Amino acid sequence: MSAAGLLVEPVTMPRTGVETESMESAVGVVAAYVEQRDGSLRATSHEVVAAAAGLARELGGSAHALTAGGPGFAAQCGPLGACGAEVIRVAERDDLARYQSESYARVVADMVAGGGYRVVLFPATALGADLAPRVAALLDVPLASDVTALEVEDGGLVATRPVYGGKAFARVAFDASPAVVSLRPHVFPPAADPAAGRVEAFVPDGSAPAGGRVVEFRSASRGSVDVAEAEIVVSGGRGMRGPENWGVLEEVRDALGSAAALGASRAVVDAGWRPHAEQVGQTGKTISPKLYFALAISGAIQHLAGMRTARTIVAVNKDADAPIFNVADYGIVGDVFEVAPVLAAEIRRLRSE
Amino acid sequence: MNVGVCIRRVPDTETRIRIGDDGVSIDTSGVKYIVSPYDEFALEAGLRVTEGRGAGQVTVVTVGEADATESLKNSLAMGAHRAVLLEGEVSMDGLATAKALAAELEEADAPLILLGVKAADDDQQQVGPMLATLLGRPCATAVTQLEAGEEHVRCHREVEGGTEVIDLPLPCVVTITKGKHEPRYATLRGIMAARRKPLERKPAQLPASRLRVQRLELPAPRPPGRIVGEGVDAVPELVRLLREEAGAL
Repeated sequence: MSAAGLLVEPVTMPRTGVETESMESAVGVVAAYVEQRDGSLRATSHEVVAAAAGLARELGGSAHALTAGGPGFAAQCGPLGACGAEVIRVAERDDLARYQSESYARVVADMVAGGGYRVVLFPATALGADLAPRVAALLDVPLASDVTALEVEDGGLVATRPVYGGKAFARVAFDASPAVVSLRPHVFPPAADPAAGRVEAFVPDGSAPAGGRVVEFRSASRGSVDVAEAEIVVSGGRGMRGPENWGVLEEVRDALGSAAALGASRAVVDAGWRPHAEQVGQTGKTISPKLYFALAISGAIQHLAGMRTARTIVAVNKDADAPIFNVADYGIVGDVFEVAPVLAAEIRRLRSE
Repeated sequence: MNVGVCIRRVPDTETRIRIGDDGVSIDTSGVKYIVSPYDEFALEAGLRVTEGRGAGQVTVVTVGEADATESLKNSLAMGAHRAVLLEGEVSMDGLATAKALAAELEEADAPLILLGVKAADDDQQQVGPMLATLLGRPCATAVTQLEAGEEHVRCHREVEGGTEVIDLPLPCVVTITKGKHEPRYATLRGIMAARRKPLERKPAQLPASRLRVQRLELPAPRPPGRIVGEGVDAVPELVRLLREEAGAL
């Protein structure tokens, strides 16, 4: 049998284009999936919708935002119009209040299929990485993950994405429609031209397919910013000498405010000093924050690949010849245990001005 | 319980990547290949499931060309019981790979299928949940710790803001990330034993890739930075530059 004929039920394709046919500009060509948490839109939503709006302009149509949540969630979604969403489709159902992989995949795939979009964008967040492949598989189309640039070339989409942990970038074209893409956080600017932002809430058919049952959730010790999604990352390396010294880095992170997260080098994670969730580099997370602090990190090739697309890189290292200084915009040669506390105090002073 | 573990042969993560003459793939001369590190975590997790229960076999499966047998042999040496090479040219299109794996695994007696969270070459992070979708199985991704019961597997997942503990009903698919499954080393005895273990080769039912790599490029070099100074005395100037020049604070 052909592998394509496996147990996937085909996604139904109700073309509900009645109201859009009379309004040419409202024809959705690009869909942006936006993420909610606890009933609030996530910050990455604005980037994904703005990227969709930019693409839609080039492709000659409009951008739609797609999202799912519990009953009443649609009331939170109006602001997406300001980022460029012409229509905001909101699936509301009790069991959608909290993310659940299988039921979300089915609901989002149905929304995409019903909309007839040419391009579908997801955020390349932890949730997006879980959801986008399932939606693509249900739609039987390929997926390009963690994309850092989008272009329209000869009427088709071309996506640029990192490979080998960021050591190279591939330009990829799609031989299927819709083209499904997940976008790396902080790479696409959130601004766009405002659009109508018409909110359309509906209750999707069906109920949750059998999936996992969450039995426990343990919050991280502080904050909830994932290193892959943080605007600012403060990373420590082996030069920190031991996990007991991480207070020094936490002080810098805290000075930078709630947009900052801690990161770590592979050596530090392999030594068991920090959890793998914080690892930056080829066998951890490949990230593009606005500001990256590499503190006591020498800069192994896997680490450099994982953070070199940060907008601004700061390095503090005792060794003036450390490879990290080759990619850093600003470096201080010095002992991190002396420099970091002063850095934290100085940042705090500046931010309180 | 039998476990299927899907692996991928990738360049060593220490490799300095060079672009090949065709402009769409890497120059493979002198490149050392390894089993993708995340897949080694998955194999370790699978071995512990069968060892813990004292029953069941671990089958490693890969889609790749003839040289991928080396990766399968490494896995057999670590303790897997049998190996299957689905011969075909693997691409960036993870859905094509997932279809080839699904064609092999849908009939196999493998209630638990494990994969690394992503392959350390194309970093697409998608084959596991795609395979699960094709097989109609539930799937947990980015799992750091796995305990198998009779009816379900308990998975500890890395999610934003913490750790989620989830019970996934069998049969299911789980993708593993770095956590509690530090891979064992192959012993000499394991390497010897691997020679007698079954390694099956068959053509992959691999659809054509629908992602076309037009060009592969090295990242643009960053403009040269500067050393602001030495020690604590340089901090005020650094912070000033971050605010006034970089606009980062």
